[in-house]
Amino acid sequence: MEVRVNVIEKRLRNVKRIISVASGKGGVGKSLVASSLALNLSHKGFNIGLFDLDLYGPSSHIILGVKKQNFPEEEKGIIPPKIHGINFMSIIYFTKDKPSPFRGIDISNIIIELLAITQWGPLDYLIIDMPPGIGDETLDVIRLIKKSEFLVVSTPSKVALGAVSKLLKILIELKIPIIGVIENMVITKSSFIENEVDKLDLTYLGTIYFDKNLEESIGKPDKIFKTNFMKDFDKILGEIDL
Amino acid sequence: MHEWALAESIITTAVEAAEKKKLKTISEIKISIGELQQIEQDIFEFALGEIIKSQDEKLKNVKTIIITEESKLKCKNCGNKWKFADIKKKLNDDESESIHFIPEVTFVHTRCPKCGSPDFEITSGRGVSITSIKGKR
Repeated sequence: MEVRVNVIEKRLRNVKRIISVASGKGGVGKSLVASSLALNLSHKGFNIGLFDLDLYGPSSHIILGVKKQNFPEEEKGIIPPKIHGINFMSIIYFTKDKPSPFRGIDISNIIIELLAITQWGPLDYLIIDMPPGIGDETLDVIRLIKKSEFLVVSTPSKVALGAVSKLLKILIELKIPIIGVIENMVITKSSFIENEVDKLDLTYLGTIYFDKNLEESIGKPDKIFKTNFMKDFDKILGEIDL
Repeated sequence: MHEWALAESIITTAVEAAEKKKLKTISEIKISIGELQQIEQDIFEFALGEIIKSQDEKLKNVKTIIITEESKLKCKNCGNKWKFADIKKKLNDDESESIHFIPEVTFVHTRCPKCGSPDFEITSGRGVSITSIKGKR
């Protein structure tokens, strides 16, 4: 009888809301949306956790400018280090940013171990930066974190939507709460993504326009706040009930 | 001391299982711990003892038996088989400590000793489980 899964609910008992930032497609800006959401809400005075669940290609630490990858402190488990006021947990503390060739069963075991031993403490929001697709990580979040809601990111591309709509359909089928869909990296506004989201009877949350200066702010959270990306994102957050 | 978190998961699971089986008292819990977890047994036993003390009468006289499951690894590329103990000495402190926290990062920090592939599997010796619970109804 595997025991670690039985303590996960207890670890997350004092977390008011859990938001998984996901997409069916890679490269649409999930990590940037997840990190920016964590920064934005933290800046507004909320107590925030950010959990980078992209075990092959973690990138939240790059966006947040995490320089030291020392082991987290231990106190009846492991305590997520505070990064710019955010309680931040990632596999990077243990891989030391080396390549991570994991197979499915290993992914599930890592997620179970991290969820079982991480002491988040009381949080207003735990933001989960999901990897792309509807594979092990997505299924494990659905299985192990019953109160997670999903915030889905797409780009205006038909190619992206092809994969994103599959994620949305499986979440709908499993009756998982979906906050809505954000359209990121928009260069020329069209109604394509909004119409497709409407067809699924979901909420189109808004548009984030492509910000050619954003790359200069990666790793510098203070600068991320001043980008057009964050301005667009903040407008979306102002219109939804988070 | 993340051993505490694992010990807590043992007791939480044992209490839930006892409730399902309608046991009034638990007399024995057999625990299997994968070698890859590299648990510090003294700390783990101390944590188990402290958590048991904080529980109700159900666990008052419980005996805990801890068995370490030997790690076995097998290369998917060349079929070679080995044990974690065979390669442990080659790891530096950080690598060993990383595997202690997250056993699966052995895929990050070690390779098949024969062909150098990272594509191997852990056939046994990871995770934490309860193998049996004894008690009275």
